[in-house]
Amino acid sequence: MAGYEGLDFYEMDELLSDEEVAIRDAVRGWVEDNVVPIIEEHAQAGTFPKHLAKEMGSMGLLGANLEGYGCPGLNNVSYGLICQELERGDSGIRSFASVQGSLVMFPIHAYGSEEQKNKWLPRLAAGEAIGCFGLTEPDHGSNPGGMVTKAVDKGDHYELNGAKMWITNGTLADVAVVWAKLDGVVHGFLVEKGMEGFTAPEMKGKYSLRASVTSELVFDGVKLPKENLLPKTVGIGLKGPLSCLNNARYGIAWGALGAAQACFHSSKDYALNRNQFGAPIARFQLVQNKLAWMLREITKGQLLAWRLGRMKDAGTMKHQQVSLAKMNNVDIAIQIARVARDIHGANGILGEYPIMRHAANLESVFTYEGTHDIHNLVLGQWITGIQAFQ
Amino acid sequence: MNIGVCAKISPHADARIKIKSDGSGVDTKGEKLVVGDYDEYAVEEAIRTKEAHKGAVTAFTVGATSDEKLVRSGALALGVDKAVLISDDAAVNAGPLGTAKLLAAAIKEAGCEIVFTGKAATDDGNSQVSAMIAELLGWAQVSQVTKFAIEGTSFTATRAMDAGVLQIVSGSLPVVITCEDGLNDPRYPKLPDIMKAKRKPLSKIGAGDLGLADVAATSSESNFAPPPPRPASRIIEGDAASAAQELVRLLREEAKVI
Ligand SMILES: Cc1cc2nc3c(=O)[nH]c(=O)nc-3n(C[C@H](O)[C@H](O)[C@H](O)COP(=O)(O)OP(=O)(O)OC[C@H]3O[C@@H](n4cnc5c(N)ncnc54)[C@H](O)[C@@H]3O)c2cc1C
Repeated sequence: MAGYEGLDFYEMDELLSDEEVAIRDAVRGWVEDNVVPIIEEHAQAGTFPKHLAKEMGSMGLLGANLEGYGCPGLNNVSYGLICQELERGDSGIRSFASVQGSLVMFPIHAYGSEEQKNKWLPRLAAGEAIGCFGLTEPDHGSNPGGMVTKAVDKGDHYELNGAKMWITNGTLADVAVVWAKLDGVVHGFLVEKGMEGFTAPEMKGKYSLRASVTSELVFDGVKLPKENLLPKTVGIGLKGPLSCLNNARYGIAWGALGAAQACFHSSKDYALNRNQFGAPIARFQLVQNKLAWMLREITKGQLLAWRLGRMKDAGTMKHQQVSLAKMNNVDIAIQIARVARDIHGANGILGEYPIMRHAANLESVFTYEGTHDIHNLVLGQWITGIQAFQ
Repeated sequence: MNIGVCAKISPHADARIKIKSDGSGVDTKGEKLVVGDYDEYAVEEAIRTKEAHKGAVTAFTVGATSDEKLVRSGALALGVDKAVLISDDAAVNAGPLGTAKLLAAAIKEAGCEIVFTGKAATDDGNSQVSAMIAELLGWAQVSQVTKFAIEGTSFTATRAMDAGVLQIVSGSLPVVITCEDGLNDPRYPKLPDIMKAKRKPLSKIGAGDLGLADVAATSSESNFAPPPPRPASRIIEGDAASAAQELVRLLREEAKVI
C-alpha cells in the first residue's frame, strides 16, 4: 500500500501555520511508526497498548491545549490536528488522549486547587499517571443530570456512594474525575486508585473500541478527603462536566476525520489495485462515485473542523457549533467506513485492512460525548428556542 | 564542542516525482518537502553528540528561502541550536561543487570542529558534497558511518562496507562524518519544541556574505525523463516443473537475459 498521506483537496494546509503543519506531520509520523503496526493485534486481543501513554506524554500529545504545569501549551487547532492523526491510527488511541487531556486534565486545570494541579497535571501530561472521567451511570447516559451517585458531607470527609459505567481508562486510572451530587447539586471530585471502597472492573465483550479500556467505577462508602473536591465546581452544577465534554467533542470533530481519511486512503488504494472484469474496480463509475462522495464529505468536514478550531482559539466558539461539527464529522466518518467496507469486498471484513476496526470503533464515537440525536436536539433548541429533551 | 550538520531539504522519499514539462528538471511544486532521509541521521547524530559532550549544533542548508520552515521543523525543533540558510539565487543555482564551497565557507566561519552530513541527498543522490566539503576544509572524512563515538579530540567511526564487512576508522578532529542508514534512530520532535523552534536563531545569507563570487554549476542537466512504464506482468500457468521450464525459455528467448 502507498504511504499514508492525508487528504488535502481544498489546500487546507494553506490555512494552517507552518508550526501547525509541522505538529500534524510529526504526529502523523509517530502514528505511522508506533500505532499502525501494532493496533490491529491489540484490537483483536481487546487490549490497550499502555506503553504508548508515556510516549504520547513525552511528545506533548496529552493535554496539548493546556498551559502551565508541564502541559504543552499548544493552540486548539494543533490539539485538533493531534486528535485527527491519533484517530487515523485508532479511535481508541484518540479516546485515551481525549479523556486524559480534555476530561481529566482540563477539569483539574480549570476547577482544581493549586495543590491538585501541582499534584496531578505534570504527571498526567507526561503520561506517567492515567486519568478517567466518570459521568455516565448505568441508568443515566444522555441525561446525566439524573445521576444518583452521591457524596455526603461527613464533617472531616465526604462519603461517596454509587456507580459509573462505560468509563474509558477506568481500570487503568490513577485518578478519576467523578461527578456526584452533593446536597442535590452536581460537583466534581478526585477519586484516587486504591482508595478503600473504590473498584474499577473492566467491561469485557465489546465489539467496538476494543483497543481501549472501558470500565465500571464502583463507590462503596469511599471516604474522600475534603481536599479531593474540585473547589471551582461548587455552584456551577452540570456546567462543570459539560464544559469538559465541550472540549472533548471539539477534539472528536477532528478525530473522526482521521478515521474517515484512513478509510478513504485504503479504499482508493484498494480500488486501484483490485481487478475485476479485467480492470481495476476504480475504473467503474459506481466505485468512482463512492470515492468522490467520500472526498466531498471529508473536505466539508475539514472546513468545519478548521473553522471551529479558529473560533475556539479566538474564544468565540459556541457549544452548539461544537455539536454540529461533532455530529456531522462522526456521522460522515461512520458512513465512509461502511462504504469503504463495501469497496473492499470480502477483504473489508479482515483485520488486514483498517476498515472494519474503524467502522466498529465509530459506533462508540457516534454514541459517546453526546449521541448523534442529542446533538440534533441541541441544534433544534438553538434554532427554535424550544427545548425538546424532556 | 562546536558541532555542524548539513541538512538538505528535498522531497519526501515517498513522493511521486513529476518531471517539468520542458524536461529541465524535477517539479517539486506541491510536493511534501522534508530534511532528507540520510540527513535526518546526521541531524540526530549531531544532537546526540551535543547531548554527550555539551556544546551547540548549527545546521547548514543551501536551498530556497522557503526551506526555512522545514529547517525549523526538521532540525531546530529536534534540538539543533541555530541554523544558517544560504539561499540567494547564486546558492539555489549552485552545482555540487558550488554547494560544497558555500557550506565549507559557512562551516569555517562558524568555527565547527566536526560536521555531520548524510550519505546522499534524497533527491539527486549525487553523494558528492560531503567529500568536497572535507577537501575544501582540509579535513578528514569518513563515509557510510553506521556507528560513531568521540573521546576527547579523537573519534572512532564504523563504516559499513560492501558484503557486510565493517571497517573501523579512528582519527582526530576536525572531521566530516557522513552518515549511513542505521547509524541511529532519529527522534520525533516534542510538539512544544516545534513552537519554540520558531524563535531559534536562523540567519539567511547569500554567497556574497561568504565572500564567494562564483558558485555556478560547472555542469548542466537536461532532458529529464520519467523511467519507462513497467510492462505488464505475466503469470505462467502450470505445475512447478513445467512452469520453471517455460520461465527459462521466456528468459532466454523473449527477454534474452540468460
Ligand atoms: C466505548 C464507550 C466509552 C465511553 N466512555 C465514557 C467515559 O469515559 N465517561 C463517561 O462518563 N461516559 C462514557 N461513555 C458513555 C457515553 O457517554 C454514553 O453512552 C452516552 O452519553 C449515551 O448514553 P446511553 O448509552 O445511556 O444511551 P441513552 O441515553 O440511553 O440513549 C439511547 C438512545 O436514546 C436516544 N435518546 C436519549 N434521550 C433522548 C431524547 N431526549 N430525545 C431523543 N432521543 C434520545 C439516544 O440518542 C440514543 O439513540 C462511553 C460510552 C462508550 C460506548
